[in-house]
Amino acid sequence: MALIDSFRRAADSDIWHSFRASPMTMAAAAVTLFIVLAAFLAPLIALQNPFDPANLNLSDAMRPPMFFGGEWSFPMGSDDQGRDLYSAILYGTRLSLEVGLAVVFFSMILGIGLGLVAGYVGGTLDAIIMRIADVQLTFPAILIALLIDGVVRGVISVKRHEEIAVFVIVASISLAFWVQYARTVRGSVMVERNKEYVQAARVIGLPRWLIMFRHVLPNVMGPVLVIATINLGLAIITEATLSFLGVGLPSTQPSLGTLIRIGNEYLNSGEWWITIFPGLTLAALVLAVNLLGDWLRDALNPKLR
Amino acid sequence: MIAFILRRLAQAVGVLLAVGFIAFSLFTYIGDPINAMVGQDTSMEDREELRRKLGLDDSPPLQFARFIGNAASGRFGLSYRTSDPVGRLILERLPATLELSLCAAIFAVGLGVPLGVYTGLYPRHWTSRALQAVSLIGISLPTFLIGIMLILFFAVILNVLPSFGRGDTVKFGWWTSGFFTWSGLKALILPSITLGLFQLTLIMRLVRSEMLEVMRTDYIKFARARGLSNRAINFGHALKNTLVPVITITGLQLGAIIAFAIVTETVFAWPGMGQLFVQSVQFGDIPVMAAYLLLVSFFFVVINMIVDLLYFVVDPRLRGMGAAAAGRH
Repeated sequence: MALIDSFRRAADSDIWHSFRASPMTMAAAAVTLFIVLAAFLAPLIALQNPFDPANLNLSDAMRPPMFFGGEWSFPMGSDDQGRDLYSAILYGTRLSLEVGLAVVFFSMILGIGLGLVAGYVGGTLDAIIMRIADVQLTFPAILIALLIDGVVRGVISVKRHEEIAVFVIVASISLAFWVQYARTVRGSVMVERNKEYVQAARVIGLPRWLIMFRHVLPNVMGPVLVIATINLGLAIITEATLSFLGVGLPSTQPSLGTLIRIGNEYLNSGEWWITIFPGLTLAALVLAVNLLGDWLRDALNPKLR
Repeated sequence: MIAFILRRLAQAVGVLLAVGFIAFSLFTYIGDPINAMVGQDTSMEDREELRRKLGLDDSPPLQFARFIGNAASGRFGLSYRTSDPVGRLILERLPATLELSLCAAIFAVGLGVPLGVYTGLYPRHWTSRALQAVSLIGISLPTFLIGIMLILFFAVILNVLPSFGRGDTVKFGWWTSGFFTWSGLKALILPSITLGLFQLTLIMRLVRSEMLEVMRTDYIKFARARGLSNRAINFGHALKNTLVPVITITGLQLGAIIAFAIVTETVFAWPGMGQLFVQSVQFGDIPVMAAYLLLVSFFFVVINMIVDLLYFVVDPRLRGMGAAAAGRH
């Protein structure tokens, strides 16, 4: 019953109405849903597993797409390794989405934690955290992520790096993205901490961490969720850019960015499909996610309109 | 105003020292520089000797001071990858990046501000709506994808512009310039558009929303009532009052342009600092990374300072406040 109730409430809410009122947003939601579904059903609908070298045959390399003189077994053509591009795009999209979601998750946790501590505890700890945030904010996130990735490469061997590439890239982008959350949370906490419910909780004698996480945190989550949606698109772009630069995911487990990098080398010699199909997928995904994020920001925050 | 400048200067030095400390820690503690310099068969005694000679057994604060001193005079040690002096490697590639960034910035500001004014003044016109929709795409698409599309269209299909490199360059001392040859100028077009497009859309959208905001204010209505020409109102009254946020964002974006040159340079095989940086990241070449980081943060800090000073030029109220504040002291 509670479930049906909450459905009914959702169907009657402002957000749902503003969603229905904007055809652009509905289109964006449909595209996002389609791409996400296709990506997570990849093992079922792909023609091969592109991560398994045993499936690749070099004699299949550089086949053109179906309607450009190719054949059914390679609907979008194949790349220089003989990988079916259609399957590679499905798996690559999945990887890009997973990295994007993981980055949003970890940077959010880190940013919320540090922001809460900075805002609630204050003092020297606050000063240290915020100075680090200020310095980091001077630089674009991509530069920070590149730097962290480069340092990791300086420490561990190339082979080892290839094994843990996904973790390295998630960690480096997350460490570049936490600042925005921390600053937002800190700002809201500074307002919330002086309110009566916090004082009441303190008078009861609750421990500080409990007040922070159980009482203050839920009241500062609104803006955090908006930032998270907008950052999803940004995280996907950053991962794709790093992979395109050749410092992200290796060509043995290609994300969309890696596929584009591989294809970029063949653009001048006429094999356009290796770049263009992953590129269009990435463009559609990012555009749709960004449109959704913008809509959510406006819907949750009528003041900004 | 003097006090303000001094405070900003202190902040700038603080940021540079912090970055310098990070660069120093990378340099000293990640990977042993001795290992990178000597062969496998060097004895322990020889290594210790080298360590002493290079001052690597001094106390960390002393080493840090020396590092900052060396960095200020452009000495960053040897690249792990090519064994060339890092300072020279970067200096060779600096002109390419700065010329590209300059063209991209001129493209972004020169086109972004007029387009923003236009879409702000006529928000209902269909060209404005079209521009607004296109700009959303420009903001969403990753830089490298735009570059690839441009290459595909102008270099591969139409074959009118080069897809990689700087073309012919002219040497002025250590500075190499692509501004004085046809092929150099042609080679600049696609990379500059790629690099500047994001900033262009950002500036355009910002100017547009600021213009919309300002056109609603009372003083614009009064200016109209006084019978001023549209031209005087639009540019003398409205545009001037949108400039403070525009300058802030533009200034910050100039720094971003230099950083994002990394991506554009990789797409177009542009022989600049960014490409060098990507190669050094791929290789884990710490000295080059540290030097690039310091140089770029120096640019950022200088740009931010100039932006702060520009406020005084644009906004007369600040000058008054600055004078009042100075008078109190």
